[in-house]
Amino acid sequence: MNTPERTTRRLVSALGWTSLALAAAPLVAPDRVARAVGVDDDPANRLLVRGVGARELLHGVLLLIGPTPTVWTRVAGDGLDLALLGRACRSQTAAARARTVTALGVVAGITAVDLYAARRTLRQQHGAWRPGPLELTASVTVNRSPEEVYEFWRRLENLPRFMLHLQSVEDLGGNRSRWRANAPLRRRCVEWEAEITSEERGRRIAWKSLPGADVANSGTVHFAPTPDGVSTEVKVVLHYDVPGGRAGRALARLLGEEPVQQVRDDLRRLKQVLETGDVVRTEALPEGTDARRQALQGPAAPNGAAR
Amino acid sequence: MRAVCWEAPTKVGVHDVPDPRILNDRDAIIRVTSTAICGSDLHLYNGYVPEVMPGDVLGHEFMGEVVEVGRGVSNLAVGDRVVVPFPIACGACRSCERELWSLCENSNPNAGLAEKLMGHSPAGIFGYSHLLGGYPGGQAEYVRVPFADVGPLKIEDDLSDEQVLFLTDVLPTGYMGAELCDIKPGDVVAVWGAGPVGQFAALSAGLLGAARVVVIDRVPERLALAKEKLGAEVLDYEETSVLEELRELTAGRGPDHCIEAVGMEAHADFTPLHVYDKAKQLVKSQTDRPQALREAILACANGGTVSVMGVYGGFVDKFPMGSVMNRSLTIRSGQCHVHRYLRPLLDRIRSGEIDPTYVISHRLPLEEAPHAYEIFKHKKDECTKVVLRP
Repeated sequence: MNTPERTTRRLVSALGWTSLALAAAPLVAPDRVARAVGVDDDPANRLLVRGVGARELLHGVLLLIGPTPTVWTRVAGDGLDLALLGRACRSQTAAARARTVTALGVVAGITAVDLYAARRTLRQQHGAWRPGPLELTASVTVNRSPEEVYEFWRRLENLPRFMLHLQSVEDLGGNRSRWRANAPLRRRCVEWEAEITSEERGRRIAWKSLPGADVANSGTVHFAPTPDGVSTEVKVVLHYDVPGGRAGRALARLLGEEPVQQVRDDLRRLKQVLETGDVVRTEALPEGTDARRQALQGPAAPNGAAR
Repeated sequence: MRAVCWEAPTKVGVHDVPDPRILNDRDAIIRVTSTAICGSDLHLYNGYVPEVMPGDVLGHEFMGEVVEVGRGVSNLAVGDRVVVPFPIACGACRSCERELWSLCENSNPNAGLAEKLMGHSPAGIFGYSHLLGGYPGGQAEYVRVPFADVGPLKIEDDLSDEQVLFLTDVLPTGYMGAELCDIKPGDVVAVWGAGPVGQFAALSAGLLGAARVVVIDRVPERLALAKEKLGAEVLDYEETSVLEELRELTAGRGPDHCIEAVGMEAHADFTPLHVYDKAKQLVKSQTDRPQALREAILACANGGTVSVMGVYGGFVDKFPMGSVMNRSLTIRSGQCHVHRYLRPLLDRIRSGEIDPTYVISHRLPLEEAPHAYEIFKHKKDECTKVVLRP
């Protein structure tokens, strides 16, 4: 799904590659770059140009491997470049000044793109603070009308029927709810309160956890009719954090916690519950679809288990 | 209860396992009275289907008596006699609504695994690997049948088990193979494989109006069945060149439709291509040996249909795509959507139009399953189809 967040990520990555490309010339041929922008080709300026190249390299690496807000470092760098070029304008011949002004124009153009990308990283999903630096999306098609799927989801007590991690969801009224879930990697359960931040009947529910949550999260679930108008496309966009950031996430993944897969499994069970009335179980997978258990499932033989 | 369990490639055993129990409201427990070994069980037996585990109960052709129903099953009662289609279908998803029962979107809890291999997941199937659900199969005394309100067909008259047992798979599979060809009066149809599915495909092609049916195999007793019981023309591919022979039979056109009822373990003469296939399959860089499929494509008349009923698991090499594309061939395929054929074929059995029992060569107790697999695999003792009785 093409979310605004993903578009921003693509834009930032493109700027990262641009930075790497821009770093090459100043580092390899500082003399030519100096002449091209209309400054004297002396050792001091060459060093300065090399410095600019090295900084571009740094931007590139940061933007490509860091989170999207690193694009602000490019905005700062642009400011520096504009200042340097502006100062160069003052002590020059007319011919050199023309080249400097051209360079200024180019840098200003790049600055505009950088600023646009940087502003996008500030954009928030609900017009409010959005917790959780991690994002995932998952979707499923359910053979029911959008209204039906929406109504089922909106009765939040239904969620644990198909979300394996949840123990319970309690509607506290006034758009607030209390959630209890099995904590990954921990035996105790985690709890948080959340509120529905906006919703459109039959089309969309957006929520976020309230301050103080163990697992800060927010998300939107969209319900849209399929092109043939028969079924419903359910799309979940989730923002969340796990304790320990990137390292915590890697550890959780090693231990079989794959959030995207979990949400996909949840949606598959949602489809089963809405279409068939129950989660589909086998002897090998008594809890039904669950990627974590998939690798560890027992043989396809009765094992004495029952509901 | 006693059940046939897969142990290792070419090794099955009959073991004691717990009785199945209701897991979903729409389950029923069936006491199996007759169950058959399918040619596709041999792909599991030989170890060519991925995600089969030691201890898996095999079997997807079975019928019996209802002994327990879940709260959500109102159309069946204890004591009912039923045949059970091999694909498990919920009856409520879009695929089921469109009568594509073997593509049920809800019956495979391991859909994630299947998606990795195939892109999207088909329905779950009884006793047919964890890739297709991890459901215990019906070569056992009892079996749990999910969505029992959708699949099982009640048999209320005095037809014998043997007359209706093949409604679970091989008869409708053969029928669908012929139906997918859109046979017009006067068409010539060739069928690769004279096992039970090939037999029923040839039979169905005749019912659907084919003027001539040619059956290709190398097992003499199977070719004899096709000739004597169906009136088909037969070709022994070990004795003759199939492509040349078919060209001859059709004055150069080729058969209008080709039905492939062989699948991933096609046998072929000791040719360099067969050695290549066998070697690639052994080192797992090709999962299936598609020799019969290749031949069916090359043999087919321009603009004709190649209907693939043989089971494939993964990937094939040296696929003659140029022949398909340049000659406007249509390839159609699929696990049989058994549910849609149950009643029409039951009617044809009842009216005497079809007598499927002629393919049965062996009737054995369940305990003799290991021997049955062995003779079926090697086509020993003129083994064409085994019915096991628990």
